[in-house]
Amino acid sequence: MKEFALIFRLKDLADFQPSPEQMQERMNWLAGIAAQNKLVDKGNTLLPIAGSAKTVKADDVVTDGPYTEIKEFISGYIVVRAETIDEAVTMAKENPIFMVGGNIEVREVLKRD
Amino acid sequence: METAEDIAGDTFLKASEHWAIHGVPENPAAWLYTVAKNKAKDYIKHLSVVETRVRSQTETERIRYEEAFEYHEQSIADSQLAMIFAVCNPANASKSQICLALQILCGFSVEEIANAFLTKVETIKKRLQRARSNLRNDHFQVGLLSEAAIVFRLPTVLKTLYLVFNEGYFSKTGDQLVRKELCSEAIRLGLVLTENPLTNTPQVNALMALMCYQSSRLEARTGAGNETIRFDDQDRGQWDKALIQRGHHYLINATTGNEISAYHLEAGIAYWHTVISDANKWPHILQLYNQLILIEYSPMVALNRTFAFANVYGQEEAISEAEKLQLTGNNHYHALLGYLYSGTDTAKALAHYEQAIRLTRSKPEKQVLSDLKMHCAAQQR
Repeated sequence: MKEFALIFRLKDLADFQPSPEQMQERMNWLAGIAAQNKLVDKGNTLLPIAGSAKTVKADDVVTDGPYTEIKEFISGYIVVRAETIDEAVTMAKENPIFMVGGNIEVREVLKRD
Repeated sequence: METAEDIAGDTFLKASEHWAIHGVPENPAAWLYTVAKNKAKDYIKHLSVVETRVRSQTETERIRYEEAFEYHEQSIADSQLAMIFAVCNPANASKSQICLALQILCGFSVEEIANAFLTKVETIKKRLQRARSNLRNDHFQVGLLSEAAIVFRLPTVLKTLYLVFNEGYFSKTGDQLVRKELCSEAIRLGLVLTENPLTNTPQVNALMALMCYQSSRLEARTGAGNETIRFDDQDRGQWDKALIQRGHHYLINATTGNEISAYHLEAGIAYWHTVISDANKWPHILQLYNQLILIEYSPMVALNRTFAFANVYGQEEAISEAEKLQLTGNNHYHALLGYLYSGTDTAKALAHYEQAIRLTRSKPEKQVLSDLKMHCAAQQR
């Protein structure tokens, strides 16, 4: 079994605060993966808001917020267990994030020993 | 320790023979202690006959033993628990501690322990052997534990009580579907924990709430002929309201502090099962199961969560959710799929019910499944 990080990205800060229904859908999705015993790490939410996000660059340049150049920001991540990357992609496809224009990056985890 | 185990084993054997004929006595714990005490006396008498010629001090030892074994309501409660704490020795991994406690103190067979852990009998046998020799090497004794040791060992003790209760409530082996004496024993020991300020933690209270809520349906769950009555068919008037009230009491005590343990979530689920009708009942139960499965994976939680999912989103919607679990060797998995398919695809439903019956060992459970299968087949016509 391999491990894959699913990295969630959103375009609009307004989508970051989910409605109770959206929250329920996300929970259902996450628990559905856990119910298959394929959740390695339920991950964390990464706050994109002022005061909670800064970007540090060369030459002592510090800007507020996440990378805004790419017009989308990372909102969180989880780690799942799967035989192949396709299986991890199948899990990702069922996430409700696409209804609000978000996307998910799937990356195989190479463990540092 | 081996002698004590033999005596305990003999006692449980005698209990199973005696109780099967004469019924369970009014106070099973006291009964067991009396029998164990007599057996211990016999054993020591036997020893002394052999040894008086060799050693004269045996007599004084015999007196000391008798005093230690004297039956007393209060000391039973504490000594039983003290034994569980003693066996839950960190010299062993927590799983092994629990196995030992279940076997030595709760009289579980290896098969019952294997069921409780959803593991193979062979694995449990090996685990028990290793655990015993570890305890021996650690100079096992039932002594006074430091406060720190009690706090440290509490989680494994709790898990042991939880498993004892579950085996009583969902007995998987033998001909009985419910073994009330195990349920009441687990509650009794939990009660002792709540009476000690050191162990009266939110987790202990949450476990007590869970056990009280579940027990409130013990009477309603079995019919006059010892058959199982499913939740929906139970006479709600038979639910024990006093126990439900006790459950509320413990649940409130459990909410001091910020901790949400698996026992809290399970108590929350059990609470909702005592509520007869409420539009939000199943969405709440599903949310609690979602949180529970995130704390720790277990096939049973995964299956129960899917059942809750079906009650919120419909049977058809839940089929794909269920099939993802791929627990094809699990009887409950097939029973769930049987239920989920029953509205739409009778052939598939019947096939799953058949699989479930084949994989079930407990007779009463087989009966419940056969009834469901017949009901499903009848609806098709």
